[in-house]
Amino acid sequence: MSNFGLLLDGFAVALTTHHILIMVAGVLLGLVVGVLPGLGAPNGVSLLLPLTFTMDPVSAIILLTSMYWGALFGGSTTSILFNIPGEPSSVATTFDGYPMARQGQAVRALTLAFSSAGIGALTGVIVITLLSGWVANFALRFGAAEYFAVYFMAFASFIGMSSGSPFKTLVSMMLGFACSAIGADTISGESRLTFEFDALIGGISFLVAVIGLFGLGELIMTMEENLEFHGVKAKLSLREIFKTVAEVPRYWATVLRSALIGCWMGITPGGPTAASFMSYAIGRRFAKNGNRFGKGEPEGIVAPETADHSAGSCALLPMLALGIPGSATAAVMMGGLMIWGLAPGPMLFTTRPDFVWGLIASMYLGNIIAVILVLATVPMFAYILRAPFRIVGPMITVVCMIGAYTVASHTFDIWLALLFGVAGYVFKKLDYPLAPFVLAMVLGDKAEDAFRQAMLTSNGSASIFWSNGLVGTMMALGIILLFLPLISKLLSKAGIGFRRKALPPQSEVGSV
Amino acid sequence: MTVNSLKLAALTAAATLAIAAPAAAEWKPERPIEFVAAAGPGGGTDTFARVVQSALSKGNLLSDPIIVSNKAGGSGAETFIYAKTSGGDPYKLFFGTQDAYVLPLANKLSYSLNDLEPVAAMTFDPFILWVNPKSSGIEDVKGFIAKAKEAPGTIKVGGAKAKEADETLTTLIEKSAGIDLSYIPYKSGSEAAVQVAGGHIQANVNNPSESVEQWKAGVQKPLCVFEETRLTDTTIIADGQSWNSIPTCQEAGIAVKSFAQPRTIWAAKGIPADALAYYTELFKKVAQTEEFKGYMTRGAQIPRTLTGAEFKAFIDQHKVAYSGYYKDNGWLKTAD
Repeated sequence: MSNFGLLLDGFAVALTTHHILIMVAGVLLGLVVGVLPGLGAPNGVSLLLPLTFTMDPVSAIILLTSMYWGALFGGSTTSILFNIPGEPSSVATTFDGYPMARQGQAVRALTLAFSSAGIGALTGVIVITLLSGWVANFALRFGAAEYFAVYFMAFASFIGMSSGSPFKTLVSMMLGFACSAIGADTISGESRLTFEFDALIGGISFLVAVIGLFGLGELIMTMEENLEFHGVKAKLSLREIFKTVAEVPRYWATVLRSALIGCWMGITPGGPTAASFMSYAIGRRFAKNGNRFGKGEPEGIVAPETADHSAGSCALLPMLALGIPGSATAAVMMGGLMIWGLAPGPMLFTTRPDFVWGLIASMYLGNIIAVILVLATVPMFAYILRAPFRIVGPMITVVCMIGAYTVASHTFDIWLALLFGVAGYVFKKLDYPLAPFVLAMVLGDKAEDAFRQAMLTSNGSASIFWSNGLVGTMMALGIILLFLPLISKLLSKAGIGFRRKALPPQSEVGSV
Repeated sequence: MTVNSLKLAALTAAATLAIAAPAAAEWKPERPIEFVAAAGPGGGTDTFARVVQSALSKGNLLSDPIIVSNKAGGSGAETFIYAKTSGGDPYKLFFGTQDAYVLPLANKLSYSLNDLEPVAAMTFDPFILWVNPKSSGIEDVKGFIAKAKEAPGTIKVGGAKAKEADETLTTLIEKSAGIDLSYIPYKSGSEAAVQVAGGHIQANVNNPSESVEQWKAGVQKPLCVFEETRLTDTTIIADGQSWNSIPTCQEAGIAVKSFAQPRTIWAAKGIPADALAYYTELFKKVAQTEEFKGYMTRGAQIPRTLTGAEFKAFIDQHKVAYSGYYKDNGWLKTAD
């Protein structure tokens, strides 16, 4: 198998002291960047890019990708500790990570997140190794209609899988669509919903919204609860970390499912953020304790983290093979490639195998190094939670404000974050879910573009969504996911029983 | 006498110093400079800004750090609005294409060309008509036109963004060849390239660098270049063909003359005249660096650098041309 041989050559390139030092430095820098909300992996990599101009391309890409891994890991830290996602893709980690940390299990939550993330990333790299040639050709089959079908599946899984009322999910999602429509429209080139207001011409940054909705919104909630956020007495022993790592294999089904979703969304244009949301939503439906998701369930952390990282790794493949970045960070790296004089595209694999396979080998090593390093930081981060709210509260506020500003260096964004903070509070008070809003903000404009491009391609005929097996299957799956709650309700009404009655017969079988 | 002559010498020295001082103290940057790219990361303008940054640091032309930031909102209008609000600031430079003066033609925007100080057009990116030879069955311009005439509107041409260069060029092709095409806007030229490579659409009007890798892989083929003369590079790229082998569109049967895209650098209006002079000289040097020459060769660009009055004259002429195209297409914004 030739890929394996090429991979070994890649290891020969990546396994030098020089490169390992670069990986460690990259991961540490990435951790810092990831922990600070707003700064994020794309900004971090873009700040680091000038340093790489004088390096050789292999070392340069190793530095940048290691930073990316570090940032992906770091992003989960603040999600779990303070409910502030450090990265867009770690929003879904807040749903169960934060409740778990508040129950005094911060070490467990962080360790679960990091180890499942590591597994996800390695799965992603293995997929890249085995399927690199095939994936590039497969990704070429994605036209506008197929793109839309991928987004449609993500949305449908959210409506169909939501625990609350589907109506509220839909309202929240529609508001998200409205927010994502702000700014210039790709298809017509016109500005929409900007009210001739300069600050809105670039649209609303998703990160700013998230910092407000989650970080500040949660802060207002805590204040209302009479500052009950006393320092949580988190257990801080190394044994706790090892014990938790050993716990992960128990969730193998969730890990496997999430890794597959992640790889799929990374290779297709969904990206890590959508992957983590979709994996969380599907996990809630299929996990054993799915109904307890959102209250600090371990699988609620494992599902989004695994998917996030496998998607993050896989997203590099379309970038290298097609020149189509699967994530914002991949876009920055692609810019780097062109400056180093390498052209991303189908020929890169044959013209510069040392570069491609050196990079892939470094992805194995970089992720292992990252997991070890982040696990070592767990006690330090968990310790922060011991501080009482009167210290942590103001700290979170400052971090949120700085985060909102760093996204694009706009003062206006600080006000926007405050506004979203109030919105987040209202959402929670009225029991509207935030996740569909966020998902619609991330994918809304992309889905709209894809839909309209597909319509232009087919001269307005919706049959394009059924024009070949690939897109047809995806659309059908999406529709099934969308109506799953309705179907299961009808089935149970008909007396067949779908979920509630599925368990007793099993135990009966067991007793017999 | 000796005292006097000493005094005289001292005076002369002082006078010389006084005269020399302004010349020696000609403007020089003393803190980091921000390069604002009017495109997202990985886009053409982003790469352009970063190549200039790289050329400056590798060639030791500038010791102050440079920060590249991206303000891609509103098809890049965000960058030029930012320029307006940074009036007189010599530590910010703005990178774009013709978008700086074309965007306000169609959209109501709060900036105008008067808020910008032109610094340089560093190089020109030619446009090429590309097709997927396998899925479309089109091998040359004749075949392209024949196919479009046979079934009007069925040839889908992809491009970056709505209006602006790619869609404008598509309408010019339609008019001069008397054919009917469907234009589909994507976020970037590379996206349009992959869509052609995958056979989802039939053609695009990309810059050489956006499609060259697909050409090497055999999933895109250049039909003709929108220039008055052929491109000069004769290095073989794919199928024994070089950039020079591609016919001009005029010789191949589409009467669109030159449609190159300038890669432009701007400053905010009101920056000190000596700062402008400093940057003008600096970027002239950048255009001569190996780094920048490599960038131009890779992109099969037309190495033509314009500064000062020459650049201003070009802007005026280019803006008039675009106003004409926009007027014909009914894209001009309605007067207030």
